[in-house]
Amino acid sequence: MNRVELQAMAETERNRQKAFQCRFLCCVGTPCLSAGGGVVQEALKQAIAVQGLDATVEVVGAGCMGPCSRGPLVRVLPAGGEEAIYEHMTPEKAGALVEAFAGPGCSSFPEESRISSDSPFFGKQVKIVLSGSGRVDPDRLESCVAEGAYTALAHALREMTPEEVCQEVVRSGLRGRGGAGYPTGVKWNLMRKAQGERKIVVANGDEGDPGAYMDRTLMESDPHRVLEGMALAAYAVGADQGYVYVRGEYPLAAQRIQRAIQAAERQGLLGNRILESRFNFRVDVRMGAGAFVCGEETALMASIMGRRGQPVPRPPYPAQRGLWGLPTLINNVETFGNIAPIIQHGGEWYAGYGTEKSRGTKVFALAGKVSWTGLIEVPLGITLREIVFDIGGGIPGGRSFKAAQTGGPSGGCIPAAHLDTPMDYESLQELGSIMGSGGLIVMDDRSCMPDVAKFFMEFCMDESCGKCAPCRGGTVQMVRLLQRITDGGAAPEDLEQLKELCLLLKETSLCGLGQTAPNPVLSTLRHFREEYDAHIREGRCPAGVCDLSGNSME
Amino acid sequence: MDSLDSASPQSPRTSDFRDNADARFKVIDRVIKRHQFQQDALIEVLTAAQESFGYLREDVLAYVARRLQLPPSWVYGVATFYHFFSLQPQGHHQCIVCLGTACYVARSAEILAALEKRFGMKAGQTTSDGELSLTTTRCLGSCGLAPVLVLDGEILGRQSAESAVTRVEALLHETESPSSQAVSRSTESEEKP
Repeated sequence: MNRVELQAMAETERNRQKAFQCRFLCCVGTPCLSAGGGVVQEALKQAIAVQGLDATVEVVGAGCMGPCSRGPLVRVLPAGGEEAIYEHMTPEKAGALVEAFAGPGCSSFPEESRISSDSPFFGKQVKIVLSGSGRVDPDRLESCVAEGAYTALAHALREMTPEEVCQEVVRSGLRGRGGAGYPTGVKWNLMRKAQGERKIVVANGDEGDPGAYMDRTLMESDPHRVLEGMALAAYAVGADQGYVYVRGEYPLAAQRIQRAIQAAERQGLLGNRILESRFNFRVDVRMGAGAFVCGEETALMASIMGRRGQPVPRPPYPAQRGLWGLPTLINNVETFGNIAPIIQHGGEWYAGYGTEKSRGTKVFALAGKVSWTGLIEVPLGITLREIVFDIGGGIPGGRSFKAAQTGGPSGGCIPAAHLDTPMDYESLQELGSIMGSGGLIVMDDRSCMPDVAKFFMEFCMDESCGKCAPCRGGTVQMVRLLQRITDGGAAPEDLEQLKELCLLLKETSLCGLGQTAPNPVLSTLRHFREEYDAHIREGRCPAGVCDLSGNSME
Repeated sequence: MDSLDSASPQSPRTSDFRDNADARFKVIDRVIKRHQFQQDALIEVLTAAQESFGYLREDVLAYVARRLQLPPSWVYGVATFYHFFSLQPQGHHQCIVCLGTACYVARSAEILAALEKRFGMKAGQTTSDGELSLTTTRCLGSCGLAPVLVLDGEILGRQSAESAVTRVEALLHETESPSSQAVSRSTESEEKP
């Protein structure tokens, strides 16, 4: 397929869609499917068949629409009318919905289950990475192409040199979305200059942080967006082989990416002589097998090569010597999701969003004690207050906000006093947390902070690969100390020892897992010291979570 | 590369393979072949092996090692490193409790404790009759539905300790014979008050 044929495909698909009087897009992301989305889709199809509307109404699966806790969601696109999302759909309501929008009569559908596009949940969001998510059918290439998939690639292959692609990414100011925030353009330039017989591009989809599911959603909802970003990266750095490393817990994401690769290869959008140019790029999927440490890039490479996922010291960096000794570019799935829009609209356009040092938008998985949970994309620099209270709709049940946890087991807790902190890489670091991959879990006054610290430390203890002693032994000791604190048997000296261990792990661990493992402890110690003191000195748990030898839980 | 028909080597173990439904070993062979006998495909091969056998038996690990010409210690090392691989047989039914952050905040630990108490087992164990395996996971990414439980692959959202126990009990009863179902129901009602 060449550029003209790609445009023709998009045009044909758009015309096909326009011909329908009404289109129902059913969310087929994991959260909606587990809430019963599949049954709803079937019921809609049946209702249309019963009412004899096959020719004028279409029901398709689409990706994530955002407010996951309200699922199953159905987006209604009436021709010429205003689009809306309907929440908590059930098979019983399907018939009424079809009738209201496509039936001959003027029946209406209950308004209370309607989420309009000007709802506060969407108000402050800017969708760049997720622009196609919830609008395209992830299993149909045509549907993605109609929304502009592969046009950026076609443009770059025809009009831009690899240097120019790198420069555009540098100009955008995009930083790695996996958590560390290394400038993507700089990484690409290094990689472009690296010497190697062949080069490899890897998309890191091993999203291990509990409470984070941005990458999965993107792979499930708009797989071609990720593949296009990878192909642009491969063109920019001179690679011809790519791997998508998908976390083992995400079989649906792996399946969608796999199907997307096959569809793109059939049409000459991946594989050899892409879009009739001289550029070749093959992509393979690799599945993880349940190890958090494989999110670390050297461990990830070991896992792709079929070995135990244990990290090795850097340098050499993967860009110098990566998979099978070849220069390897590793970026997060979400980072790749940003590339196509940057090439399409230009780096400057992208840099117009966000703050001075943190450009663009970031996808967060908003969860925990907020009224609206789900996947959101916001410009960096937005305050935590706006996310929790405007987008998230505040804390349910009249409870009060206590803390927001970002960055998973490598991050920390942000207390209420810092609600007006802008969400960018530097500000979060100053507070002792990190941006992380984008999990954002809100806690109300019923969460006990030492217990939260223990929860994350247990996680790190379980997930430590066991290679280096500080992480292997240190996490165990820290869990013991935290256990003693939450059991009410701790002495004031224990806190000192805990702090010492934090420092030890931070300074001497081999990889990011161990180095950042103390962060949840350090940040809760910093912002919620009084809770530790209450446990140790007063023998009570202010949140009423811990059973301190029988004098709490009331 | 030897041909697949001479796969089972003339060793004392050969009889093992014959007894244990060769078709399942053929599945492994197919995956190995698809990956062109590359040693790098070990994780894919082990995943396929676990899918067809339910868990990774010692002889299966040895077989994979031989076919990929890897040291058995290497294969064992990989199989024990990743959480997905189980070297123990799994129960007839699988119950997974999510202990991700969002589920933790929604008190999924109480669900786990209730299930452990009701079925007299710890997470990671299988009941003695081989009916139920109880495991935990760190985040399934269904945080909007927290706390989440997975029963035989079906994700159940917004569970409580009581509803979780009821759902698992119902699942176990489905497979029992009608008479034993009645018996267990009556014991259940005795327990409740």
